[in-house]
Amino acid sequence: MQSNLLPIIAILPFLGALMPGVMIRAGRNTCATFTAIPTLLALVMLGTLAPAVFRGEVLIAEIEWLPQLGLSARFFLDGLGLLFAGMILGVGLLITLYARFYLSAQDPMGQFFTYLLLFQGAMLGIVLSDNILLLLIFWELTSLSSFLLIGYWKHLPEGRQGARMALAVTGAGGLAMIGGMLILGNVVGSYNLTDILAAGEQIKASEWYLPALILILLGAFTKSAQFPFHFWLPHAMAAPTPVSAYLHSATMVKAGVFLMARMWPALAGTDAWFYIVATTGLITMVMGALIALFKDDLKALLAFSTVSHLGLLTMLLGFGTPFAAIVAVFHIINHLTFKAALFMTAGIIDHEAHTRDIKRLGGLRHLMPITFVIGTVGALSMAGIPLFNGFLSKEMMLDAASETVWNGSDWAVPVLATLGSLLSVAYSLRFIFHVFLGPKRDDYPAKPHDPPFGMWASPALLALMVVAIGAMPWLAGPLVAVAGGAVTGGDMPYYSLKIWHGVNMALFMSIIAITGGAILLAIHRPLDRLWNATPRPEAKTIFDALIAGLVRLTGGIALGLHNGAISRYLAIFVVSTLAIGGVAFWSGDILAPSRELLPVPPVVLAGWVLLVAATVLVVLQHRNRFRALVLIGIIGLMISFGFVYLSAPDLALTQISVETVTIMLLLLALHFLPKETPLESSVALQARDGVIAVAAGLAVAGLAYAFMMRDFSTISDYHLANSKTGGGGTNVVNVILVDFRGYDTYGEIIVLGVAGLAIFALMESLLRGAAGRRLRNSHHYNVDRSRDRHPLMMVVATRAMMPIAVMVGIYLFLRGHNQPGGGFVAGLVISIALLMQYMASGFAWAQRRQRIEYHAMIGWGCVIAGLTGVASWLAGVPFLTSWFGYFEFPPIEEFELASALAFDLGVFLTVLGAVMLMLFSISRLARHAGETVNKEPLEYDPSKAVGRIREGES
Amino acid sequence: MELIVASGIGFLTAGGVYLMLRLRAFPVILGLAMLSYAVNVFLFSSGRLAVNMPPVLNPYGDATYTDPLPQALVLTAIVISFGMTAVLVMFALGAFLEAGDDQINMDGQGEELDDPDEEKDDLTETRA
Repeated sequence: MQSNLLPIIAILPFLGALMPGVMIRAGRNTCATFTAIPTLLALVMLGTLAPAVFRGEVLIAEIEWLPQLGLSARFFLDGLGLLFAGMILGVGLLITLYARFYLSAQDPMGQFFTYLLLFQGAMLGIVLSDNILLLLIFWELTSLSSFLLIGYWKHLPEGRQGARMALAVTGAGGLAMIGGMLILGNVVGSYNLTDILAAGEQIKASEWYLPALILILLGAFTKSAQFPFHFWLPHAMAAPTPVSAYLHSATMVKAGVFLMARMWPALAGTDAWFYIVATTGLITMVMGALIALFKDDLKALLAFSTVSHLGLLTMLLGFGTPFAAIVAVFHIINHLTFKAALFMTAGIIDHEAHTRDIKRLGGLRHLMPITFVIGTVGALSMAGIPLFNGFLSKEMMLDAASETVWNGSDWAVPVLATLGSLLSVAYSLRFIFHVFLGPKRDDYPAKPHDPPFGMWASPALLALMVVAIGAMPWLAGPLVAVAGGAVTGGDMPYYSLKIWHGVNMALFMSIIAITGGAILLAIHRPLDRLWNATPRPEAKTIFDALIAGLVRLTGGIALGLHNGAISRYLAIFVVSTLAIGGVAFWSGDILAPSRELLPVPPVVLAGWVLLVAATVLVVLQHRNRFRALVLIGIIGLMISFGFVYLSAPDLALTQISVETVTIMLLLLALHFLPKETPLESSVALQARDGVIAVAAGLAVAGLAYAFMMRDFSTISDYHLANSKTGGGGTNVVNVILVDFRGYDTYGEIIVLGVAGLAIFALMESLLRGAAGRRLRNSHHYNVDRSRDRHPLMMVVATRAMMPIAVMVGIYLFLRGHNQPGGGFVAGLVISIALLMQYMASGFAWAQRRQRIEYHAMIGWGCVIAGLTGVASWLAGVPFLTSWFGYFEFPPIEEFELASALAFDLGVFLTVLGAVMLMLFSISRLARHAGETVNKEPLEYDPSKAVGRIREGES
Repeated sequence: MELIVASGIGFLTAGGVYLMLRLRAFPVILGLAMLSYAVNVFLFSSGRLAVNMPPVLNPYGDATYTDPLPQALVLTAIVISFGMTAVLVMFALGAFLEAGDDQINMDGQGEELDDPDEEKDDLTETRA
């Protein structure tokens, strides 16, 4: 069934996250209220959908994004999703209330609630996503938002370290999971969970099953703090207690469990699943419980107890039987209620007594009666004492465990499960006896008393639920049924939620656990001494050493390669490129040549000789920079000729005009740079570089020769066939530029424009800084070397040339669509014409006649090109689809007008503006260096000279 | 013809790489310019060589045409490489004017630099 509410529910917390930061100005109560509103709204919406889910329907909402790639924002809600979404929103509401009273006036509350809502949104996203890629995004978002929440108290080093550790561990797991999910999507052929869940048999039969399983489990285990990744959870307890209660007991750490439950129909039931998941869960359960017993920090005790209970859930899901899966669902509900209540109790004690060290507490029962009741209810449920809900699911867990055979042994699992329960009873009772009971002390850091109502309301409500479900198990019945049904895929075994199941195996195991737990508590003091005396590996030290090692390794590699010498990076880059190319070449096959060599006419050979000679000379003569520049000019010219000969007139035009501008630019720059390159590199270095260079040259030449001798298939036939009919032009290169690949060209002119503006901006800051001052004070650059900077001949010639050059430019531009030419070439030709004016008649003279700012030209160019593209939308076709038509104006022949012409105009303007702005910027240096500016085109006005001569005569 | 083009590309690449590995900004820029020539011709030649077959449609008869796509790509590449060269020149100029020399490696990191202090201040040297 379709439901449009689902995406709204998922997005509400994110929208709501914008509010607290603003609302904190109106006070703390308003801030908390505005945090609660989106949560409450989402919860109400969820409530309206709940009846349909209880009827067994699955609600779906889809927002298509890229249907071709199977990417869409798909949400769905079934029983499991409903259970988790309800938990996330419901506990979120309680936590908001609790946090309002927990946070002190110094804490930035707006920030806290913003993070909290972000986290809530991410978590809701996980449980509502149908598309697994979407799920992965939300998964990563929970890691990020929990990082912010754990490190909320930025001044505490433990908080920062804990946040970093949590992010590193869960982030790494998330990375593994992405891999696993992609494999899964590939195997099934769809990224939709509903499809994946239906294809369980296909997945389990696939040879990719095991890799996918391991990768996905890595994600789930790290998130749900399973052994050996459990260590981050206790360190995350540096977070404020509301965060611990929300993320680290009720929601985020359950995400891994949720995922295993979600994927249960698709992945569970195999031997690999059983041995990996159930074993990990079993180890985690026992180990977590054991450590919890000896923790003195209340929150650490609860953290390890959470680890233990997550292990229990994992184990149940690992059993792979529908009964165990349903027990897991039931225990998720029970654990949520008692553990969140206990965390909040711990927070209250910490808040009021200013310590949560069990050894400094005790006897709180008279001082904090309400907290005592809530804490005791929670702890008894955690211990699994009858009449509290923890008992029910623990009984069922022991029942499931008693029937599990592990590697041929039918006692291993039941014994260890009983041991886990026994330890769990011990630490739960310790929570009651060592904190609340015992003699009242007089050395608490602060005088404890019960907190205000707002602070104990949330845990009290949860404690009420503990008792209600514990005494009347049928209350949870429908929810367990619908969520359990969603996990098992509708395959419902016989089970019943009731207190008395008769005398069975589980009852005996329970009795052993409770008795044993009580005994353990009685001898806790000597055991504690023994525990502290035994050496144990410290997870944080190992983790820190691991991270430090990684940092050293990567730092060593990075600094070894990037030591600040750019010639070294470039050499490494060239050599490794060569090596990769070499590997590819030697490991592959090469086809026999399929083309014949074209003949070489003598003119071409002469050109080649010139090119090679110029190249060799550049290398030999590069210390003399002017000479090298002249030789570079020769190379550019020869390449242009080559383009002419090899059927590329457009390229030849572009190359020759770019060449001209480049040489001018380099000449301008060279005016300010040293004219000689000093001899710095040793012979050995030169030889090394020579070897690298020759190897690179040989490799590239060989590659080029190899593919030129072989035929290939091209997509250009399409362009050739449709150039005239679809693009309205016969110059296919130009039509590709302005039409077929117009979007590329659009991007390219923007890059060029940005380059022009960047040069301008750099020059601006350079001239304002120390370099500018130095330039203004130096008298080195304004030496008039030629004595005639603006020769008469050149001034006259360039002025006469100007209209002709502009006309050539316009001609090239107009014919570009059908003959060689176009916006690029026209822009370059006209900029050369303008540059000649600058050179011949002087900077100021030419500048005074410039009407349009170059910046504006770049801007208009991009705008015109962009608007041409947008205009296509008005005609209802995609961006930059071109339009053309033929018109006849009486005196002229039939004439074509195409929208591509407007686009080309944009290209033209941008190129012209960018080139001019670049050269203009660099020539501004000369002005700052004190070069004088002539007001007239000629420095030596002949008429004045005549006057001087006459004066001399007279 | 193919041999000529391939060897030309090879020479340009070798020269470009050698100059790129020098220690001063100006030769490095020249080297990169040569390397862009090589790359442009390389890309162009991926459309294979053809004489007298420009990709300009001929209304008369069944003409054959060379591959226009590499040409279009190279055309923009030529213009963009000009932009890149210009930005590099700007960097080099800025670095030279700020630092007083146009070495490209960080102080003390220049490989086999004989004496980094010797050539310290080209600007003052040339001024003198």
